[in-house]
Amino acid sequence: MTSTTASRPVGAKPAQGSNLSLGSLLRRPEAGAFLGLLAVLIFFAAFGGLTFLKPAGMSSWLNVAANLGIIAIPVGLLMIAGELDISVGAMVPFGAMTVAVISGHYGMSIWLGIAVTMAFGVTVGLINGYMVIRTAVPSLIVTLGSLFAVQGIVLGLTVLITKSTSVALTVDGPAKVIFGDFLFGGQLQVMVIWWLVLTAAYVFFIHFSPKGNWIFAMGGDKVSARNAGIPTDRMTIVLFVLSSTSAAFVGMCQAILYNSAQVAGGQSFIFNSIISVVVGGVLLTGGFGSVVGIFFGTITFAIVNQGIYYTDFDRNWSALIIGVLLLLAVLMNNTFRKMALSATTKKKGA
Amino acid sequence: MTAPILALKNINKSFGPIDVLHDINLEVRPGEVLCLLGDNGAGKSTLIKILSGVHQPTTGTIELDGKEVTFPAPRVAQEAGISTVHQFGGTFPLMSIGRSFFVGVEPTKGWGPFKIYDRARANAIAVKAVQDMGITRITDGDRLVGGLSGGERQSLAIARAVHFGARVLILDEPTAALGVKQATHVLRIVNEAKRRGLAVIFITHQVMHAMAVGDHFAVLIRGAVAADFRKGEKTREEITDLMAGGASMASLEAEIEGYMATHDGHPPQAVQA
Repeated sequence: MTSTTASRPVGAKPAQGSNLSLGSLLRRPEAGAFLGLLAVLIFFAAFGGLTFLKPAGMSSWLNVAANLGIIAIPVGLLMIAGELDISVGAMVPFGAMTVAVISGHYGMSIWLGIAVTMAFGVTVGLINGYMVIRTAVPSLIVTLGSLFAVQGIVLGLTVLITKSTSVALTVDGPAKVIFGDFLFGGQLQVMVIWWLVLTAAYVFFIHFSPKGNWIFAMGGDKVSARNAGIPTDRMTIVLFVLSSTSAAFVGMCQAILYNSAQVAGGQSFIFNSIISVVVGGVLLTGGFGSVVGIFFGTITFAIVNQGIYYTDFDRNWSALIIGVLLLLAVLMNNTFRKMALSATTKKKGA
Repeated sequence: MTAPILALKNINKSFGPIDVLHDINLEVRPGEVLCLLGDNGAGKSTLIKILSGVHQPTTGTIELDGKEVTFPAPRVAQEAGISTVHQFGGTFPLMSIGRSFFVGVEPTKGWGPFKIYDRARANAIAVKAVQDMGITRITDGDRLVGGLSGGERQSLAIARAVHFGARVLILDEPTAALGVKQATHVLRIVNEAKRRGLAVIFITHQVMHAMAVGDHFAVLIRGAVAADFRKGEKTREEITDLMAGGASMASLEAEIEGYMATHDGHPPQAVQA
């Protein structure tokens, strides 16, 4: 993320290429994601014209990207740290239903509903995190368990309390404006602002603050990281709390926006977030990736997901494009990572 | 002779019914390389793990600067200045040299909540530390650790330990996975660490490497110190025999000598490995 060209280390040869050379840009984790985004833009511009870049078209994929991106970044951070969280798929309806039951069904203050929703998000994250660090069970299995457990809780409790699988919620005033409204009376959701602000915060936290380094070290070699004095257990729990709270947040905002919550839905976030993260250049086994890459990956996914509406293709083909895109992105990212590992060695040989 | 930094007194270790180490007595002094030799399964790894706080001895004591200490966790041993570098360096392949050098103790600039990782300073310090140890080929702190050769990764890990104030450096088979030239690099770094007054414990089963840097040798056989001698007191053949635990090795050594004499001094690969 730092792109200072002036600060060469001591002893660096002047002949060395600048930090902003094409090669060094390609070696960044987000290079593949950026090229993938360009490819998708060209593809849809060629087949659907530039409609999806006009305000109405843009808001359709920006809304998708914003809802997905808020979840994809913490999921990606967990992946960089060597963990997975698929329970986000249950946390979205859980967040939506919690706020709808408290503030809609029982008619209590919306702020109470928001506070309880966030508290539930933190709780599930803590449970996930503790189970992962206390047992040797892989986080995929732990969160698979919590995915189903939370789904069961949402369905069981909602039907028990409301005798229905859909709960209405009406929100007015500042809570509506802050969490679930359209910007400037248009089609762009306020979620887009949340997404951009959170992305900026994550970029700072991961790539500029010293603690970001710890996450990469954890994914690279957990034992060495612990020996180097990094509180790996605490960091793991914090990351799980972030992902499940973010998912609950997205669900809550959707309920406030659409004035209702359903027990189903949300499962699509599991695969969609993983696709965004992997297309964004994060190494599935951890230790490598970037927030900007995940950001690009999310946009790429959202454009494919929505762009199909602006072409003559049948909507049913979009999954095919996403599948091919994912494979291409992974191959490209592997190539760039190999370049990152070897390129400088060759340059030094001269 | 200077006083030992670290001394092991009558260390015994058993895992359940299996005795792994018997009555180990060893000392390391500043500016001295102790070579711990032994065949696979002789108990070298267990001994290192006791020194680095991974395992606790069943009986016996560890003395640091003459005072009895215990290392209940790796962290405690590290804070006491005992640093262990493993065969692959314990570094992070996909992190830059600067970032991996400073994992856990990142230098920052800025103020308050906006303190940011000082990449330029981290890179400069890391590159300087490695260059001071004699690896001048590393000039760019942004290079990924995974792009370095095995010897350079070892050197980086050793430079890191030295930079962060290690007094006792435990090197666990640092040359085992390396080619001849790379191994020479690492041996040079070991000599540099020694020159700086560190106590080095060098674990290996390559007698040649041990003889190149060692001041003091201990041969472990089935968990006991079978021989403890200083530089020049034994020949390479005698040490190899001790490690193999019998005279059978002597005839093999003679064969290798004969082979090397007829092959420009190259040992037969299969035997050397």
